[in-house]
Amino acid sequence: MNGDEAIAYAVKQCDVDVVAAYPITPQTIIVEKFSEYVANGEVQTEYVCTESEHSAITACLAAGAVGARTFTASASAGLALMHEMLFVTSGARVPVVLAVANRALSAPINIHGDQSDSMAERDSGWIHIYAENAQEAYDSIIQAFKIAEDVNVSLPIFIGVDGFTISHTLERVDTLTDADVREFVGERHYPTVLTHEGKTVPFKLDPANPLTMGPIALQNYYYEFKRQQEEAMKNAYKKIQEINNEYAKLSGRNYGNGLIDTYKLDDAEIAIVVIGSTAGTLKDIVDQLRTKNIKAGILRIRTFRPFPAEELKNALLNVKAIAVMDKSMSPGGLGAALFNEVRNALYDAKQRPIVVNYIFGLGGRDSSPSELHKIYDDLYRIAQSGQPEKTVTYFGLRE
Amino acid sequence: MSTQEWKFTAKDIIAKPDLFLPGHRACAGCGPATVLRLILKATRGPTIVTQATGCMEIVGSIYPYTSWALPWIHTAFENAAANASGIEAALKIMRKKGKIKDEHVDVIALAGDGGTYDIGLQALSGAVERGHDFLFILYDNEGYMNTGIQRSSSTPIGASTTTSPAGTAIPGKLEKKKPITEIMLAHDLEYAATATPYYWKDLITKVRKGLEVKGPAFLHVFAPCPRGWRSEPSKTMEYSKLAVESCVFPIWEAINGKRQLSTPSKVISLAPQKKKPVKAYLEGQGRFRHLFTPKNTHIVDEIQQATDERWQKLLQQCTSTNP
Repeated sequence: MNGDEAIAYAVKQCDVDVVAAYPITPQTIIVEKFSEYVANGEVQTEYVCTESEHSAITACLAAGAVGARTFTASASAGLALMHEMLFVTSGARVPVVLAVANRALSAPINIHGDQSDSMAERDSGWIHIYAENAQEAYDSIIQAFKIAEDVNVSLPIFIGVDGFTISHTLERVDTLTDADVREFVGERHYPTVLTHEGKTVPFKLDPANPLTMGPIALQNYYYEFKRQQEEAMKNAYKKIQEINNEYAKLSGRNYGNGLIDTYKLDDAEIAIVVIGSTAGTLKDIVDQLRTKNIKAGILRIRTFRPFPAEELKNALLNVKAIAVMDKSMSPGGLGAALFNEVRNALYDAKQRPIVVNYIFGLGGRDSSPSELHKIYDDLYRIAQSGQPEKTVTYFGLRE
Repeated sequence: MSTQEWKFTAKDIIAKPDLFLPGHRACAGCGPATVLRLILKATRGPTIVTQATGCMEIVGSIYPYTSWALPWIHTAFENAAANASGIEAALKIMRKKGKIKDEHVDVIALAGDGGTYDIGLQALSGAVERGHDFLFILYDNEGYMNTGIQRSSSTPIGASTTTSPAGTAIPGKLEKKKPITEIMLAHDLEYAATATPYYWKDLITKVRKGLEVKGPAFLHVFAPCPRGWRSEPSKTMEYSKLAVESCVFPIWEAINGKRQLSTPSKVISLAPQKKKPVKAYLEGQGRFRHLFTPKNTHIVDEIQQATDERWQKLLQQCTSTNP
């Protein structure tokens, strides 16, 4: 299967109640495949073909407020059109699951993979998990429902896959049985709230227990609502790790501790920090370097929100030079999103390593293994000299 | 739609507990607040309400208080119909799977003219095309009153608003009111109607009819706003009546595309001498004050002419066997 098909298959196995979506490349295969399941009666799901991504995420949010398990998928302009509702969904504490086939943002229009779309939603209050390959995409969707719907989390979650590189590339994917997935994910549970009458009721729209959802909260309460989202993120931080372990027992597969996934990092002196499929390519390069006794490693950020700052700091304790690779830009900023996050986390480290930023792969530009090799060459030089040559490098660019 | 018409008396309506409770923060004389209270008198069982951002959303849900005695959700401005889509889809599948009680739940989406005519039109058209079972109720106060009286595409020609002010060069809004109910009827709705709160029994009956439709239904309710219209708070009901009597806002319904005038408008069609001039409706409202200066009186004449033409067209649509 390709990554999109793997996602659709996982959604099918999770007994989702409502899927509302609008097609956009490179996510389209997900909703096409899922439509086939609906058309053939293979799922018990209401599939709402909305007239826009804005309505797709709205319908998922509202269905989730009634108590349904919901899923949608998007990318690029579609995710940007959802922007307003991403904040509303996390603020309303409705656990929608969203698959993002990461794609560049216009202009110029470009259908290929980079992470500008989801990095632009960094502060939307969603849990952000990125997969390295189709197998992880499948596994992460199953985990996503369980993380998001945990009553102490109750936050929406997105699973990012690199557009085309993962979404459209055929790979072997091992699947679980329907029964195992059903048992693992379970039924949706609801947090409880106190009504004006003093009754404790599930947090959902139910005519038997009328609740007002999505009220206006002004200067006197708004801030407390937002602070609670931070608590929910802290709970998610633990839950992601627990579920990663629990899933490993069921499937035999785990992804680091669920937050970060490392490769030959224990004794590494130079390392690359990256998100997504590029980590797979880098593993081959690290293996080659290791044969030459160069101590190179990889740290893949799997969970970007909540950000695993402590894990990252501990994992990079003895590394001398680090390259953070960003598949997005922050024009006018000092480096891009992941770089900022990583360098910020390392500011408190006892021995601060040298951290540089490589912007790469924008608009789907390919980075070949031989090109990527050069980043380790740079790091080797930087580690030797103890001096960074420049903070931000536009990698693989014609200039 | 059910063939048996729901019969009720004023006593029944008074006896039925309010579902939009007092204590909300609406202004004195607020037309939409009266509309909300009245429409919820028509509920027939379990109901979920969703509402677009706007005055009525704000005044009834200021945390930690609420005026809503039934399950209610607001998410954003442009998406009341998309909310209704999600709610209806969830109710349908969860009932089928036995995850919720096996009973029908009505879904009502509420929005002002901004959330219907303008920013909410795409979501509304989409939800209606998909055939979700819900009733969309537009409370039309002819402007963006929540943000301080700006023009919407529902604001009538000649009205002065903060973004179409009557100035020395431009005499208020230059464009016509968008024919929203015509647009909705073009979606082949089983039920669409117009109403005003003065004719409260007609309004409540139409809400019930809209709920009884299996599929989407649309109700356009005229709702004067004393702040936005610069009118006396005590005259909200008077303007609700005058709008009908002057044929500025005739009340009618269309069942499967077949239009018929509702009694107050029908009376005028049968006795044209009862039709009041638009001047009677316009002159007490501050938003039209500038029209009654020598320079602008021609605009009042033009409004009269356009109103007459729309009324004649409606009469033809109501008598035609093939509307």
